[in-house]
Amino acid sequence: MDIVFNLLTAAVLAGTPLLLGTLGEILTEKSGNLNLGVEGMMFMGAIAGIAGSWFTEQWFSGGGFAAAFVGLITSFLAGCLGALIYAFLTITLRANQNVTGLTLTIFGTGFGNFFGELLGKKAGNFVAVTTETKNAFAGAMNFGPLSKIPVIGQLLFQYNWLVYLSIILAIAMAWFLNKTRTGLNLRAVGESPATADAAGINVTKYKYAATIIGGGICGIAGMYISMVTCSGVWVHNCVNGYGWLAVALVIFSTWSPSRALLCGLIFGGLKILRLYVSIPGVATQIYDMLPYIATILVLIITSIRQSKELAQPKSCGLNYFREDR
Amino acid sequence: MLFLRFLEEEKLLDNQAKYAIEMRNVTKTFGSVVANHNVNLDLREGEILALLGENGSGKTTLMNMLSGIYFPDSGEIHVHGKEVSIRAPKDAFDLGIGMIHQHFKLVDVLTAAENIVLGLPGGVRINRKALSEKIREISSRYGFDIDPDKKVYNMSVSEKQTVEIIKVLYRGADILILDEPTAVLTPQETDKLFRILKAMKKDGKAIIIITHKMNEVLSVSDRVTILRKGEYIATVNTAEADKQSLTDMMVGHSVSLSIDRPVVEKKECRLSVRNLTCLSEDNVPAIRDVSFDAMGGEILGIAGIAGSGQKELCETLAGLYPAQPGSSIVFHRPEGGDEELVGHTAAELQKNGINISLAFVPEDRLGMGLVASLDMVDNLMLRTYRDHSGPFVDRKAAADVATRLVKELEIVIPGIHTPIRRLSGGNVQKVLLGREIEGNPHILVVAYPVRGLDINSSYTVYNLLNEQKKKGVSVIFIGEDLDVLMEISDHVMVLCGGEVSGIVDPRTTTKEEIGMMMVHVDNDRKENQA
Repeated sequence: MDIVFNLLTAAVLAGTPLLLGTLGEILTEKSGNLNLGVEGMMFMGAIAGIAGSWFTEQWFSGGGFAAAFVGLITSFLAGCLGALIYAFLTITLRANQNVTGLTLTIFGTGFGNFFGELLGKKAGNFVAVTTETKNAFAGAMNFGPLSKIPVIGQLLFQYNWLVYLSIILAIAMAWFLNKTRTGLNLRAVGESPATADAAGINVTKYKYAATIIGGGICGIAGMYISMVTCSGVWVHNCVNGYGWLAVALVIFSTWSPSRALLCGLIFGGLKILRLYVSIPGVATQIYDMLPYIATILVLIITSIRQSKELAQPKSCGLNYFREDR
Repeated sequence: MLFLRFLEEEKLLDNQAKYAIEMRNVTKTFGSVVANHNVNLDLREGEILALLGENGSGKTTLMNMLSGIYFPDSGEIHVHGKEVSIRAPKDAFDLGIGMIHQHFKLVDVLTAAENIVLGLPGGVRINRKALSEKIREISSRYGFDIDPDKKVYNMSVSEKQTVEIIKVLYRGADILILDEPTAVLTPQETDKLFRILKAMKKDGKAIIIITHKMNEVLSVSDRVTILRKGEYIATVNTAEADKQSLTDMMVGHSVSLSIDRPVVEKKECRLSVRNLTCLSEDNVPAIRDVSFDAMGGEILGIAGIAGSGQKELCETLAGLYPAQPGSSIVFHRPEGGDEELVGHTAAELQKNGINISLAFVPEDRLGMGLVASLDMVDNLMLRTYRDHSGPFVDRKAAADVATRLVKELEIVIPGIHTPIRRLSGGNVQKVLLGREIEGNPHILVVAYPVRGLDINSSYTVYNLLNEQKKKGVSVIFIGEDLDVLMEISDHVMVLCGGEVSGIVDPRTTTKEEIGMMMVHVDNDRKENQA
């Protein structure tokens, strides 16, 4: 029983960056932009988060919640910056979305590793935040008596605040897309920008806003990896494929933020399975392959299933130009 | 004095209050193409104005400048007497101008109500109850029939059009522009639409209807504005106009409205189709139990509302779409011998030399018919390159054919090595038809061969088809314009929802009868014929 509990809680922790990356990409794709640069934006967020926290500690001597908060903001802004590059190239200059996204991945990976090493040099061999800051990120939230309820308390009320933030974000995004006027307009932009334009919706504004905020959320996902998963130490290539998993999870979750919650949990579980379940004779490398094998299976299954409702926004990947003939 | 003042006031009224829209010397160019040149247009309040012109005469461009899609290069636009600048669709709404586009601007995965409310200001959440109520109120006022909660992808074309119109009315538009609203409607749905338009006119709305169908102009409009090649020609009162005078103004010179129907004496059955059934992507029958014979030396017209199975039918004939078991398509070779086509792919047919005998001119010319970025020579070779042995292709022969076709079919082309996408629609169609005819087919299937073509190019196509017919080819003509189908065909087969609702002789059948057959299958009639 303990193994199941431990597996579940570890799955939640490992699935959170996936969930955040998925949410960011869902928001982006809802505006009709297929930003394949999630991996790059996560790298940018990862280094910006650690740098933000570290510099706060250095300048104001002492870590803790303030440093964590600054890290959150800087990682969000770094993600926004990556997405802004993408948005400017694809929306304003109408560059090819796939090529731009792939380039952003390469750029972001280099950006993260370069500044990661640079920061490490500056800090003396490797960069690490103080234990206080680390705890401000990874420490469980205190829900008082709630956390002490047996089973439920252990399962629901003992995670770090970023987990709850991403769950709230998923629910808020579901509400936004399905119930609000702005959400409806955004979906229209992603489905059929010409229709949205004819209905008086500012397509460019919506595309920029959704892409940039989506990128910022991906940036927070990257920060989660550097600050929680890697415990506030810069690890070379730390994002390592999480961004690509998030892109695949967008398809698995059929562009629905609420389903993304479940998908994040499942894939988080697959990521850490080898630490909790060991079948004799099965090499650890096989376990490491699991999320990627599952991704391939998911992509095959979702492409077999044909549904008009649970599909990618129709004009996703296409640039919009009003006077196109 | 008093009289003069009265006159002046009358004139003032005429200029200001009565005109919903005045466009003065409006010009719009796209690169080197002049889409509109110094065009004038007046729309009075409470009238239906028909905007008439051939394809490519700049009707839609002109209207897109009213709806804010394009911005004019020069010229003035006045709305209700005030000069305005319409820079975006939103400006058009604010002025009360609503356009119903030919290709509906609706989001498939949203409901009718969501589409209607799209882009409107209001509270953060949408009050769905109040929204549905207002939609019902508009519907009952003008006689629409709509379910606000139905998803658009579940709707028929006519329902989608209704949503578009309500969308515009919901925004409080008093000037409505309809771009070719009847192109996809049955005659019955067209009548219903016209009744609604007349009800709206009575309500004081000003309406512009873009069309190139003469009958509709005459039956629904008060005045007609005619454009030709982007230029303003004239505005006339409908009551004082007739078909001939309008056509003359539209095409610039008198064209014979009648299409030849030469009679061929020697007819042989070329193709026997029996109980042909095939499933659509959603596993429901797209065509069901279709049976007919196609004769050499005849044109078989196929009529039906868009999406009645025409596409599946011609693609099945061409071997591109699988038929269900029990179906049979038998090709009768002129030199004797029958060939069953069902169960063979296009490539297999090619090997047996059958698809040389059966030529298919698809609806989607640049998608299925030709490769847009290749030149004419390479496009011609798509049919024949496999015949040449060795690892290299023989461009020389194809270039000779291309040069000959350009001359014979009067294709306007900068050179035979120009990418096909740079040609106009009519010339693209000539290249495609020329290639298919070049293979000396016994059966020629053409899908919407004159769609998007101007009148002159259309007649070139009709003549080409008639020539093939005289050579003993069996032509199967899938068309949308009933007038054309009835004039050119020897028989018309009417499809309705994937079934044959009858095969009639157009010389003894009226358009209304065919229209009725397009909307329902009369089983008694079918049995009588059998």
